Amino acid sequence: MTEVDWRPKVAPPLISLERISKNFGERVNFSSRVFPLFDCQKDRRVIHAVDDVSVTITAGEVVGLVGESGCGKSTLGRIAAGLIQSSAGRRYWEGTELQFPRTSKAHLAQLNIQMIFQDTTASLNSRMRVLDIIGEAPVVHGIVKKAQQQEFVQNLMEKVGLDAVLYQRFPHQFSGGQRARIGIARALAVNPQLLVCDEAVAALDVSVQAQVLNLFMQLRDDLNLTYLFISHDLGVVKHIADRVVIMYLGRVVESAPVNGFFDHSNHPYSQGLLASAPRLIAQKIEFVPVAGEIPSPLYPPSGCHFHPRCPYRMERCVTEIPLLKEIDPSHFSACHLND
Amino acid sequence: MTAEINKEPILVVRGLTTEFQVKSTTSRPVNDVSFNVVPGQVMGLVGESGSGKSMTAYSIMGLVEPPGVITKGEVIFRNVDLRGLKADAMRAIRGDRIAMIFQDPMMALNPVLRIDTQMIETVQAHQHVSRGVAISIAREALVRVGIASPDERLAAYPHQFSGGMRQRVAIVIALLNKPDLIICDEPTTALEVTIQAQILFEMQKLCRDSGTALIWITHDLSVVAGFADTVYVMYAGRIIESGSVAEIISKPAHPYTAGLINSSPSKNVRGELLRQIYGAAPSLAALPKGCSFTPRCLRATDICNQLPLLDDVDGHSYRCFHPMIRSEVSV
Repeated sequence: MTEVDWRPKVAPPLISLERISKNFGERVNFSSRVFPLFDCQKDRRVIHAVDDVSVTITAGEVVGLVGESGCGKSTLGRIAAGLIQSSAGRRYWEGTELQFPRTSKAHLAQLNIQMIFQDTTASLNSRMRVLDIIGEAPVVHGIVKKAQQQEFVQNLMEKVGLDAVLYQRFPHQFSGGQRARIGIARALAVNPQLLVCDEAVAALDVSVQAQVLNLFMQLRDDLNLTYLFISHDLGVVKHIADRVVIMYLGRVVESAPVNGFFDHSNHPYSQGLLASAPRLIAQKIEFVPVAGEIPSPLYPPSGCHFHPRCPYRMERCVTEIPLLKEIDPSHFSACHLND
Repeated sequence: MTAEINKEPILVVRGLTTEFQVKSTTSRPVNDVSFNVVPGQVMGLVGESGSGKSMTAYSIMGLVEPPGVITKGEVIFRNVDLRGLKADAMRAIRGDRIAMIFQDPMMALNPVLRIDTQMIETVQAHQHVSRGVAISIAREALVRVGIASPDERLAAYPHQFSGGMRQRVAIVIALLNKPDLIICDEPTTALEVTIQAQILFEMQKLCRDSGTALIWITHDLSVVAGFADTVYVMYAGRIIESGSVAEIISKPAHPYTAGLINSSPSKNVRGELLRQIYGAAPSLAALPKGCSFTPRCLRATDICNQLPLLDDVDGHSYRCFHPMIRSEVSV
């Protein structure tokens, strides 16, 4: 439905996701096959986790993908990283389409995109030593020879701020912050250009979070990395990102350069998010919450998904889906108020 | 402030120490902790994971389980030392005069009982009322925190609620007997920002209207910044700094507090490296001698091998030999 040309005019995009949708549905089972035979229609319930979303990321850019849980930001990140297949839409790497399931030719391009996860306990195999966790993929893909594996891993460990002597240890012998660094080193081991960070700092303590964010920024400068940084924390995104994309119930509601977004956000949902975020200011705040809760993605509201919670709701919002429109240079917003 | 605020503290904790003896090592997650809580006020207890903030709450409630033992200190609630009470007397206070709200409402609610059953049980445990009266009390409490269609909600099971609604129900149950003090252990950490703002808004109103005192435990200084009246910062089992919110946020004295504030992205220039605290929190079983923050502290000198005493300047107290100069907020 979005007719906007997302591709930037000058630099070629590193990755572009075009009109991606992802549906999760109930499996087709016996009852859903038999019921229609007897004229008892049973609705197949489908969740539109991602609904017609287009995002492009240019080389060296950091894009912050923000939204509350259930908005589809993790699903979009997993599609970008090639972990799951989209129901519709295409994925391009430097102009070439990436197929799913992966063809052998696309294999190398796929290595350019790596993912970092939130939960370091779940994403690191607890029965593998750090040497194997970090060193397995580069050996499999022929980036280093088995004989050089240990040296390679130790170099990487130093690069992410881990003591290289500890390469024989298991994940449980490290603290949360150190495990986050192991996850980063594993992603970096195949020399990727794009890192998809899915809430990579959300579970960390404030002081450790600052250390890991600093590491992300240093690595970006040293290795010329590009990030798709998925987070619910607007403060973190403001600090690290160049561009912010806000999602609500599977759709992008606003996309803007960081400065433009934080100075004058356009969509009522973005404004609500900004108002709800706690701030480190020494003064009593009267919290003015956004009313209501996120509706179930099984039965999303008609028209603009945000209309039941929106203070500026009009009749049109109930019936018509707002399109993403450019309201300022490279500042897009999907709201009928802009017409 | 609409309610009459009595400045007498409702809870006085003095020198509270909880020890865990495992094999030959002793760790003290709560080490000589003292604070006051005043009715109608929000006291923020801030610390990173493992700093002992939750264990402080359990120690107040008498919920420390073996091998943990409260070895020292007083917990004086309405002029009674809770540590001296028998189990029965303590049970009468718990859930009635002092309520607690936990981070995970799914753990606090019984998944196989309807909400009304759980609420009636809470009311009847402390008040001699009939079932009908108990239901009406429960219904009224749900309405008070703005839950729509309370009758349907009462007949529902916990899994039928969203995360935010479940936490609201847990809060309503804590409020049922109109407690004087509510201990909230990271109640909004697992929730979305918009839902967190709603709950903070409701708790703020509740405190102001009913004069209930709150202990708000969190790892996030920014939640406390706009919400609490006083802040206590914990590190490795000790309170290392306390004072009014304005003092702590704008003029932190302890290098750890200053480091926490400085490592927040909002206190840094966008895109530049954050001013981080180096190193990691020490293990409680092997604390450094003297000030526990010494190994990570850029201001530490030889004298820091001794334990600094709590200095108090006009209600702003801190445990540090080299406090930050008042106007300077950089490590």
